[in-house]
Amino acid sequence: MSITVSLYVENHVLYVNLNGELDHHTSDQLRSRLNTVMGESQIKHIVFNLKHLDFMDSSGIGIILGRYNQLKSMNGTVMVIGMKPLVSKVFELSGLSKIIKVIEDDSQLESAIRGIA
Amino acid sequence: MNNEMHLQFPAKSINESFARLVIIGFIAPLDPNAQELNEIKTIVSEGVTNAIIHGYEDNEDGIIDVKAVLVGRRLRVTIQDFGKGIENIELAKQPLYTTKQEEERSGLGFMIMESFSDQFEVHSEVGVGTIVSFEKEFLPLDSSAQ
Repeated sequence: MSITVSLYVENHVLYVNLNGELDHHTSDQLRSRLNTVMGESQIKHIVFNLKHLDFMDSSGIGIILGRYNQLKSMNGTVMVIGMKPLVSKVFELSGLSKIIKVIEDDSQLESAIRGIA
Repeated sequence: MNNEMHLQFPAKSINESFARLVIIGFIAPLDPNAQELNEIKTIVSEGVTNAIIHGYEDNEDGIIDVKAVLVGRRLRVTIQDFGKGIENIELAKQPLYTTKQEEERSGLGFMIMESFSDQFEVHSEVGVGTIVSFEKEFLPLDSSAQ
């Protein structure tokens, strides 16, 4: 299993869509993609769309936490949307839900974005 | 059903998903539920990742050894590396403790492995290597629990 990453930027928000499995191997790929975009554009917030993510281990937690640490110095935020129950279990265990906003689905995304913009 | 398997592969990160696929294939005859499958995949993924990052410190020549034994519906897995070993296991098990902060390791691997298994152990000797082992009992097939 691998990962497919699609990225787009709108109003300083980086949208990251992940499809596949996020482990140590694929998180290295994802990190370099994110670093490239964050070097090219001014990013204040990141929204990880995990609707199509089938698996995540602690490497995935590390990458989300890493972006949070990167953005928090400029009052930026990281949000996670559409986690499947199995992915959400690792997320909850990690305690990440205390600092990362979790959105159930697209209908709540718009107001969440408005809240941070 | 009783069965066993032994798998060896080099410490390349691409093999993390390979190890997950193998263990899933091994327990498939038990018809585990989605949660059990995910927990086993996660534990194996964490164990193999630890061996690659910490045991061998990304030296791809290292060999990782995975053994699994199935007795009835009880699975026992050992994941072994012959790398640098862990100096202080109790410290390494502390949630959020990591020696690889700069690589954005979350320090949660052992904690996740422990919570997803019924029994979890780490044996390590500096300069010799590390063995993590875990056991998990699968729910009976007629169980309606998810």
